[in-house]
Amino acid sequence: MSDKPSTAPSVDREEIEKIAELARIRIAADQTAEVASRITRILAMVDTLQAADTAGIEPMANPLDATQALRPDVVTEGNRREDFQAIAPAVENGLYLVPKVIE
Amino acid sequence: MHFETVIGLEVHLQLATQSKIFSGSATAFGAEPNTQASAVDLAMPGMLPVLNEQAVRFAVMFGLGIGAEIGRRSVFDRKNYFYPDLPKGYQISQFSDPVVGRGTFEIQLEDGSTREIGITRAHLEEDAGKSLHEDFHGCSGIDLNRAGTPLLEIVTDPDIRSAEEAVAYLKALHSLVTYLGISDGNMAEGSMRCDINISLRPVGSDTLGTRAEIKNVNSFRFVEKAIQHEIERQSDILEDGGKVVQETRLYDADRNETRPMRSKEVANDYRYFPEPDLLPVELDDAFIEELRELLPELPREKRARFVSDYGLGDYDAGVLAASRPLADYFEAVASEAGDAKIAANWVQVELLGRLNRDEKDITDCPVPAPHLAQLIQRILDNSISGKIAKQVFESMWNGEGDADSVIAAKGLKQVSDSGELEAMVASVIDGNPEQVEQYRAADEGKRKKLVGFFVGQVMKVSKGQANPQMVNQLLADKLG
Repeated sequence: MSDKPSTAPSVDREEIEKIAELARIRIAADQTAEVASRITRILAMVDTLQAADTAGIEPMANPLDATQALRPDVVTEGNRREDFQAIAPAVENGLYLVPKVIE
Repeated sequence: MHFETVIGLEVHLQLATQSKIFSGSATAFGAEPNTQASAVDLAMPGMLPVLNEQAVRFAVMFGLGIGAEIGRRSVFDRKNYFYPDLPKGYQISQFSDPVVGRGTFEIQLEDGSTREIGITRAHLEEDAGKSLHEDFHGCSGIDLNRAGTPLLEIVTDPDIRSAEEAVAYLKALHSLVTYLGISDGNMAEGSMRCDINISLRPVGSDTLGTRAEIKNVNSFRFVEKAIQHEIERQSDILEDGGKVVQETRLYDADRNETRPMRSKEVANDYRYFPEPDLLPVELDDAFIEELRELLPELPREKRARFVSDYGLGDYDAGVLAASRPLADYFEAVASEAGDAKIAANWVQVELLGRLNRDEKDITDCPVPAPHLAQLIQRILDNSISGKIAKQVFESMWNGEGDADSVIAAKGLKQVSDSGELEAMVASVIDGNPEQVEQYRAADEGKRKKLVGFFVGQVMKVSKGQANPQMVNQLLADKLG
């Protein structure tokens, strides 16, 4: 480990609450401090990785140097609404019903 | 204080593919809800996206059409947000490495001047589904047919300065993408939707003011009205010493106003990261050059050719070249009629005027190009006058047949028989001794005006069918 002071960002409770809200994850109030300290430790590890010199190295998207295969523009999927809607909690007139959302 | 308006536009263009961007579901408009939504579109566990080649080709064609940089290596990212019509909880989009980079776009304004609008980028992404908030016992209904429809989001620099320029840009963009055939451009069906970023700043300032974003405006007219309304709203605030709040607003066409969308402050934190289910898309020269070969003649090139080949004015050429079907129609009429200028005039004035009046598009024009060409030929060979031609055109519009059959059926052929015309001229002269007296007493200058009365009378007698050149000549002879 380097002996210079850590520059790793730390995360506070407020940020944890915001991230949880964005991700729609519920974290009990008595656990936010613990989660914050664990994420801070993860960020410290990321910080260590960041210290590696990667200048001139292309980011790797795939270990086999594969690139995206493209699909011909053909309709291959039929109507399977009945199958899908059989497992939906609520449907009406072919629509999936969800708790009311309004902008 | 005087303000300058600064506008940037983001257009979401639906690409005219048969299947979705990441699945094999159909993209046809108007299908029964959720009948075109596959397991991929519904985000069933374990489903993986596979990229549609045609969507990539269309995006590259757009890039080539505006002379933009093409992203040789483009990357898909996840844009994270929660909404019921987005089943995955993220939209697959492109963030740092879009398929189309910087380009420029020239627009022409009504006064004939041109402006360059910078295109920041254009990227591929998937559309979301639709939420219906009507009465579902307090629930919202979700239709995922649209989820996964390929979109090209085209982003401009903040180069637009007025509602007029914004509309000119959108019309030119619409023209380009329909020429390219990459989108049907059907705004009523949502194929082209526009987000407007707009701010004001004191004239002369070069820092940007705080902007508002107006979402999802889907007609040229609404874009114009939304911008005009927003300029007024923001200048009222600034003139009163207030501050514009950065927010997203919706345009309400019924009330002609914009109002804030109810959304949480955190809603715009999308936490983009690279989509691990898709690899980078690498495009080589062969792929790009093959598409360059396929590009049709584009609106700008066509306009220039109409000017050089047919001798049309730049503005007229621009009107006729704006839509590919209209340009094709005009060229068909011009080549058959044998006179491009008269053809241009008829297409632009009579035909477009009539189409506008009936709110019809050139593609549903009831008068086929060869019929209009025949009508023009009848004017050129003096069978009918320009005035009668308008009457024939109206009959053709109403489905009464081609020009020759309308002229024959209604007996509209111009009278060019000199004997018949002489008789008409004689009866008019005999019937109006007072005016004849006046005419003969008048000097050369006044005579030119007075002769109009006699021409009018002869036309009346002939029901508009007398050959006007011959009538003028005969009158000059007889009145002495």
